[in-house]
Amino acid sequence: MSAHAEEHFAGTNKLFSSIWIWLLLLTGIEIFLGYKPMAIHFMLTILLGLSIIKAALIVAYFMHLKFERLSLILTVVPMLVICICLLFVFFPDSFRSSGLRYKFKEPPPVAVEKTEDQ
Amino acid sequence: MSTEARAESFAAADWDGGTLPYRVGHRKLGMWLFIVSDSLTFSALLMGYAYLRASNVWPTPFPFYPSIVFSSVMTFCLLSSSLTMVFGVSASARGDKAGARKWIIATILLGLAFVVLHMIEWNHLISEGLRPFFLPEHWVKVFTTTDGTPPSPLFGATFFAITGLHMFHVLTGALYLSVVAARVKKLKHEDIEISGLYWHFVDLVWMFVFPLIYIMSVDVQGLTK
Repeated sequence: MSAHAEEHFAGTNKLFSSIWIWLLLLTGIEIFLGYKPMAIHFMLTILLGLSIIKAALIVAYFMHLKFERLSLILTVVPMLVICICLLFVFFPDSFRSSGLRYKFKEPPPVAVEKTEDQ
Repeated sequence: MSTEARAESFAAADWDGGTLPYRVGHRKLGMWLFIVSDSLTFSALLMGYAYLRASNVWPTPFPFYPSIVFSSVMTFCLLSSSLTMVFGVSASARGDKAGARKWIIATILLGLAFVVLHMIEWNHLISEGLRPFFLPEHWVKVFTTTDGTPPSPLFGATFFAITGLHMFHVLTGALYLSVVAARVKKLKHEDIEISGLYWHFVDLVWMFVFPLIYIMSVDVQGLTK
């Protein structure tokens, strides 16, 4: 792209090392949380939150997106976020199919009533 | 007036041709678009996993050793490989191609360490009896609920599919970086940066796979022992 011997690449090795330390710290917190008794929804929210922070640090600094042009960021990021959010449309169905599971060892009460009527 | 200078002075005319509107070459833009599409592949797989997990009784069988210890060391390897990769790209930007090669080789070695550890971890689970569509018998026994619902046998399918696809990406990345390291002096800086983008993406995916697959399935009570 350019004939220059040196290219512009923002960010120092010190900055990248500090990002690496942050990523390790956040991973350590995730492992610690894995052994803390808490509701699964609560844990999922915290873990996903931490993962999104880690992903943002990687994309912004390691993948250098923070130093790119705003038009590139706006082309790449929002459409990905929207497409991922659209995938959440499946979740109501997963809870529905969970509710459909037959859980009784005895015949369901409604079926018993029907036989009595006949 | 050079192309770059013209682009600076006529920012509004970015889309009239003759300039690079995103200030990145077409190859780098292509890699970004590939990363977006590959992110969606992994998102769909993780979403499928979450769907199955929400609609079934799901086992949480991973003991501290070997599963969590191995996966944590693997995470450390992958995060460190991203750091060495970014050092490589920095060295390349300074024109230090020999330095870039050294850092890229360190990245490949860390990536391969990740794959070897992952294979050992897979081997532990396979020898316990985990298969894509079957759970080990003792898992079925301890994770069956009080109303008699057994745990989903699809645990293995989701685990092997997601971690396997990720491992394939790491191996592909190691191969890609080997070619880059071999040809580093002939390649332009942007080409090295593009290989870095791919590698960081592999790291990024693991940042979601590790907590969702491993940490969310920790056997806190030691049931599988």
